[in-house]
Amino acid sequence: MQVMPINYYIFLSVALFTIGIVGVLTRRNAIIIFMCIELMLNAVNVLLVAFSKMHHVAAFALDSSTTAGTEAQLFVFFIMVVAAAEVTVGLAIIVMLYRNIHAVDINFLNRLKH
Amino acid sequence: MSKFVFLIPLLPFVGFLINGLGRNFLSRMLVNIIGCGVLIASFVISILVFREVSAPGFTASAIDYFNFIKAGGLDIKASFLVDQLSALFLLVITGIGSLIHVYSTAYMKEETAPHYARYFAYLNLFVFSMLLLVLGSNFVVMFIGWEGVGLCSYLLIGYWFGNASYNNAAKKAFVMNRIGDLGFLLAIFWMLSQFGSIAYADVFTKASTAPVAVLTGITILLFVGAMGKSAQIPLYTWLPDAMAGPTPVSALIHAATMVTAGIYMIARSNVMFSLAPISQHLIAIIGISTALLAATIALKQNDIKKVLAYSTVSQLGLMFLALGVGAYTAGVFHVMTHAFFKALLFLGAGSVIHAMHHEQDIKKMGGLGKKLPITHITFLIGCLAIAGIPPFAGFFSKDEILIAALGKSPILYALGIMTSVMTAFYMFRLYFLTFSGTFRGSEEQAHHVHESPLAMTFPLMVLALLSVVGGWVGIPALFVKDAHLLAAYLSPVLTSQTAEGHHLSHSTEWTLMGILLAFILLAILFSKKLFGKQFKGENTTEGVPGFLANKWYVDEIYDAIIVRPINGLAAFFSKIIENKIIDGLVNGVGKGVQFSARQMRLLQSGQVGSYILIMMVSIILFFIFQLFWKL
Repeated sequence: MQVMPINYYIFLSVALFTIGIVGVLTRRNAIIIFMCIELMLNAVNVLLVAFSKMHHVAAFALDSSTTAGTEAQLFVFFIMVVAAAEVTVGLAIIVMLYRNIHAVDINFLNRLKH
Repeated sequence: MSKFVFLIPLLPFVGFLINGLGRNFLSRMLVNIIGCGVLIASFVISILVFREVSAPGFTASAIDYFNFIKAGGLDIKASFLVDQLSALFLLVITGIGSLIHVYSTAYMKEETAPHYARYFAYLNLFVFSMLLLVLGSNFVVMFIGWEGVGLCSYLLIGYWFGNASYNNAAKKAFVMNRIGDLGFLLAIFWMLSQFGSIAYADVFTKASTAPVAVLTGITILLFVGAMGKSAQIPLYTWLPDAMAGPTPVSALIHAATMVTAGIYMIARSNVMFSLAPISQHLIAIIGISTALLAATIALKQNDIKKVLAYSTVSQLGLMFLALGVGAYTAGVFHVMTHAFFKALLFLGAGSVIHAMHHEQDIKKMGGLGKKLPITHITFLIGCLAIAGIPPFAGFFSKDEILIAALGKSPILYALGIMTSVMTAFYMFRLYFLTFSGTFRGSEEQAHHVHESPLAMTFPLMVLALLSVVGGWVGIPALFVKDAHLLAAYLSPVLTSQTAEGHHLSHSTEWTLMGILLAFILLAILFSKKLFGKQFKGENTTEGVPGFLANKWYVDEIYDAIIVRPINGLAAFFSKIIENKIIDGLVNGVGKGVQFSARQMRLLQSGQVGSYILIMMVSIILFFIFQLFWKL
């Protein structure tokens, strides 16, 4: 079976990442902004796994018992854990915010100006 | 006795402290006793010192007291030098000082208690500084005394500080003194760099090793100092204005002692000056010019003290002429005799002013001779002395100066004769207008006129006696061989005296003396004719007399050339540089900070969206940045 060339994975990851960024910058709903942040993190995960596979295949061709590219896959788990923790804290803040202003629109946060 | 030399200046200084600090609670009698007593004690010690110095076989040596400045190679000691020259000046300063202190006890009687004591405190401080000046054995101690007398001159001229014009006169005196002091300081620095030391012993023995250009520079700078202190052109205009001070102050400071400090300095440094002929020519020229200028102005002055002030400037010019032609003994001799008769004239004028209840305009006087007998006779003696009539004191000293000037140049001699003739004329004009003729003042002034008390007439009598006999220590070889006691006495100090140019035969000298005497007598008779009996009034506004009466407009010229530009510069600095530029700079920093703060505040809009945008942009920029440059 032939491995897909790494380019496709890179395009996918970059596309997901930019969609995530644009979403963070332009959306007004705080929960949608969180979704876009998750999207960015998952785009990075995809990229990590893809490169891990690429390095492993290249090392396997030389020596069939290496564990050469596998660190990146472990790192993906770290990223997922961090994402989960961050979402917990972030959603807690949004709940507090909603209790005060009964909306999740970030434009109402301009009270920081004072 | 040399062990006790330090007492001579110390006693007046203690008197200054006691009278100055205790001015509010010491009784008048106590102030008198302390003020005059310390001076008389100093005079007694000075006499003992003088006896020791004039004993045969005396060699002078410096008495070191302590290290004043010791830094690296610089070693300046506080030390005194008692030799013939300083002993002579000690006698003059303490002697005439004591007489003037006694005189002041009566003259200043109308002052209230703290001001009376303040006067004596300042006077004692002045004597202390003057004694430091003449006793010092290096130029730095002399400079300390030099500055001290300048300060006391300021304090005493502005003694009646309520009057704004007196304060201006005091400031003028001090500022002009300071200009001269700059020259003196530069000379000290130059001497230090050239000779490594400023002690008289070191400088004078090493003087011949220095190049003539250096010596000329140093001596000219020293002379600039003397110009300021001893009122020579161009720094002489402060002395007539200094007459704003009390008359005893004018007698002591501006006739007998402070203004002679310049002569002392040059006589002390005679070794250096004789090695720099260009400076000597300069001194002679400035001396005779000052003498002539002041004499012409004195012809048309109407205030007693102003006439005497210009007379002082003129006589100082003659003294500098003597120094300039190398006749140092003649210069010092004239200092001594001038101290006697000028102090006498000033104190006599004070007596007249006291009798006329503070009137100083001679146009309003006249016929005071009968009412003030002692003052009249002593003033006449003073006038005869200053005019140069033998056998009074001024004749011998003035004649010696003129003969020495003739030895250098006949032009100097001719100008000197002109000055002497004018001196005789204006002094007797003053005498006749004040004491002869009919009284021209008001009725109530005529009632008040009375002879002064003994405290004032006693010093007059003593000084009159000195004016008669004071010249007899300097009888020239023309009259009696080897009778010039003063020259013999001062010869160890004034080593570089030019020998009396005896290329004139005795008969020529007699003739010249006779001609001079004739001119002077003619001048006196002429002034008697003009001013003796009826005085019809003088022209003091137009033409040449007006020019003279207005002091050749020198003050106005100084005002236009120097004072106004400096004031303008000060106004420029104050209004533009201080207010606009410097304040603008400081305020500008404040305004800049406020402006940038206002702009920075706009970043914090409270819009979360813009915060996230800025965060994004910064992360991207950092990423690119670290890719290309290794931080």
